[in-house]
Amino acid sequence: MHALPPALEIRGLRKRFERPAVDNLDLTVRRGEFYALVGPNGAGKTTTLRMVAGLLSPDAGDIFLAGVDARSNPVAAKRVLAWVSDEPMIYDKLTPLEYLEFVAGLWQVEAKTAQTRAHELLGWLGLTAHAQERCEGFSKGMRQKVALAGALVHDPQVIILDEPLTGLDAGSARQVKSVLRERVDVGGTVIMTTHILEVAERMADRIGIIAHGKLIAEGTLEELRARARGTATLEDTFLTLVAEQAAA
Amino acid sequence: MNIPATTLWFAAHELRLAWRDALAMLTGGRRKRAYVAAIGVAGFVVFMHAMALLGLRNLPDIGMNPSKTALVFISGSALLAFALMISQSMESVTRAFYTRSDLDLILSSPASARRLFSLRIVIMAAGSIMMALLLAGPFINVMVFRHGARWLSAYGVVLSMGAASAALAVGFTVALFRTIGARRTRLIAQIVAAIIGAAFVIGLQVGAILSYGNLSRFTFLQSDALASHLPDVTSFVWWPARAMLGDVHALALVFLASVALLFAAVAIFAPRFGDHALAAAGVAFERRRQSAVRDFRTQSQRHALRRKEWRLLARDPWLMSQTLMQILYLLPPAILLWRNYGEGAGALVILIPVLVMAAGQLAGGLAWLAISGEDAPELVATAPVPAHFIVRGKIEAVLGACALVFAPLITAILFVSVYEAMIAAAGIAIAVVAATMIQLWFRAQAKRSHFRRRHTSSRVATFAEAFSSISWAGAAALVASGSILALLPAIIGVLVLAVARALRPRN
Repeated sequence: MHALPPALEIRGLRKRFERPAVDNLDLTVRRGEFYALVGPNGAGKTTTLRMVAGLLSPDAGDIFLAGVDARSNPVAAKRVLAWVSDEPMIYDKLTPLEYLEFVAGLWQVEAKTAQTRAHELLGWLGLTAHAQERCEGFSKGMRQKVALAGALVHDPQVIILDEPLTGLDAGSARQVKSVLRERVDVGGTVIMTTHILEVAERMADRIGIIAHGKLIAEGTLEELRARARGTATLEDTFLTLVAEQAAA
Repeated sequence: MNIPATTLWFAAHELRLAWRDALAMLTGGRRKRAYVAAIGVAGFVVFMHAMALLGLRNLPDIGMNPSKTALVFISGSALLAFALMISQSMESVTRAFYTRSDLDLILSSPASARRLFSLRIVIMAAGSIMMALLLAGPFINVMVFRHGARWLSAYGVVLSMGAASAALAVGFTVALFRTIGARRTRLIAQIVAAIIGAAFVIGLQVGAILSYGNLSRFTFLQSDALASHLPDVTSFVWWPARAMLGDVHALALVFLASVALLFAAVAIFAPRFGDHALAAAGVAFERRRQSAVRDFRTQSQRHALRRKEWRLLARDPWLMSQTLMQILYLLPPAILLWRNYGEGAGALVILIPVLVMAAGQLAGGLAWLAISGEDAPELVATAPVPAHFIVRGKIEAVLGACALVFAPLITAILFVSVYEAMIAAAGIAIAVVAATMIQLWFRAQAKRSHFRRRHTSSRVATFAEAFSSISWAGAAALVASGSILALLPAIIGVLVLAVARALRPRN
């Protein structure tokens, strides 16, 4: 019996703006894994994930999403993927339900299934009372939750989130984290970038540390600590490894 | 040194913002283009002077004792400008209320908000005056050149009209605020502004159609029939016209009355301006009434895109003011059509180019909103939809919206003449497709709320859209009149598209 391909496989990925933003990056994320990509500002995290989502063209390298070559067959790759950016982009003049119906239409989800799932998601995210209000008056947290519901309504195999907790209050952040954790518990794959190292520490199965466009370390929290000579927290580990890479 | 928080200090701050805003409008935000913009403005001024010389070449000198017909003509022309100035000022006031910008900073600072809002009302008047001067200045200069310095007093009338228009605009908008509330005012104020801006022109055209069976408002203004219904030449109604002709006493009275009106508006409305602006800003945070629960529908990807675009177009708060005037200007041709119903198709030669021109302009605006004004570009870009599907869905939404506006008019023409209806339909279709293609070639990622400034993102696209609409309107008119010369504007229309395509951004 063949093993299923990984959720995400990146090989030799390169992207250069004025300087190399992503430099010959190799990365593999297994199915059913919660993977956190951390790194200093400008390390190449967002650029990497934007290339995976098809929002940027790589200069070189291969990207496979659930075994589908995202560069040669982008439409098929996008079917298994959902992207949530740090700045929730939703339509102010649509209600959350209208937005979810639109997303379901784009991903060709059958109407009845989409409707049931939309109501469930809005319930989980505490938005049921606002389901028929236009999004124009929503706070950033509510908008982020609508965007997250949009990402989940088509039941993607892989969900990629760029700094999903930035600007959220404690309650909203907990709701988002719980929805993401449930997603992984039922076999989905979550890949996210974050500056909040405690989130990566608590939630991620594996953590990748990226600096200057290269993956400088990867593993479980324990593996990373061991590599950084037994530092206590992820923050210490992160700072030690980044400093070592800068000195090298 | 300028002392902070004084009126002078606020004035310097506001002028700096207004200057940068104007520069950004002219240069599309690219400072390197400033010299191109300067050349463009200079070219426009020269062009307007040439137009004024041409247009006024046969106008005889109107002395200090004008006839009633001359007074009607001058007053009518001034009222046209005044209506547009009120319309522009109302839009400025509405924007000042609903654009949050620096409101929090101003109202939370210890500086006098009343002083700043007073200044802003005056600056709105200045904006109106500047716009009027740009358009009317060349005509005044030509009159000064041809008939003497006394025509310089027309500049005084323009200043007076600017002051009065800002005062009336603030009064109207605040009255709307108090009567119908902050939420409805945004929409209603735009409709009222568009109606005021178009009403006088439309009224004159309707008068001309009903009296003479044509669209010429100037024929109507110069008619004895109209003059016979208006007050005697000694009436105060003609003071603005007399002021324009160089009557110093009339000018002084008109100027003082307008300035008094502006000061009264400032004194009455500036203290509450902040409260109204806060109420308007709160609209965005109010919960809209719940819409009815409706079942999801299974739909194709293109259908999903079309429905989304139609919903957003229907709910766009600023689209109304931008397109309503275009649609209102279709009223006189529609009346002309109604009046000529059953009397043959002769008048349709005038109607068809108006419709084609309006269709091109409307399609350009809608296409910009659908194609460039995508508020969730990343969602659409990460959806499993080929890029050409997305574009096609959006284009279909634009074509559908245009069809909804123009189909009834074409149907009406069909009852008068099948041949002319076919020409109108073909002209409208070509103008709509051409404008949409231009917007597609020059698409840029922008927020829908930047719709008003869409012309600044690409001058080439703006001019191409205008020239294309004019060319196809001309071609349609000539085809309708049976002239072989229709080929000429049609070829120009194709060339405009070819040049626009060649100049489109490659990235």
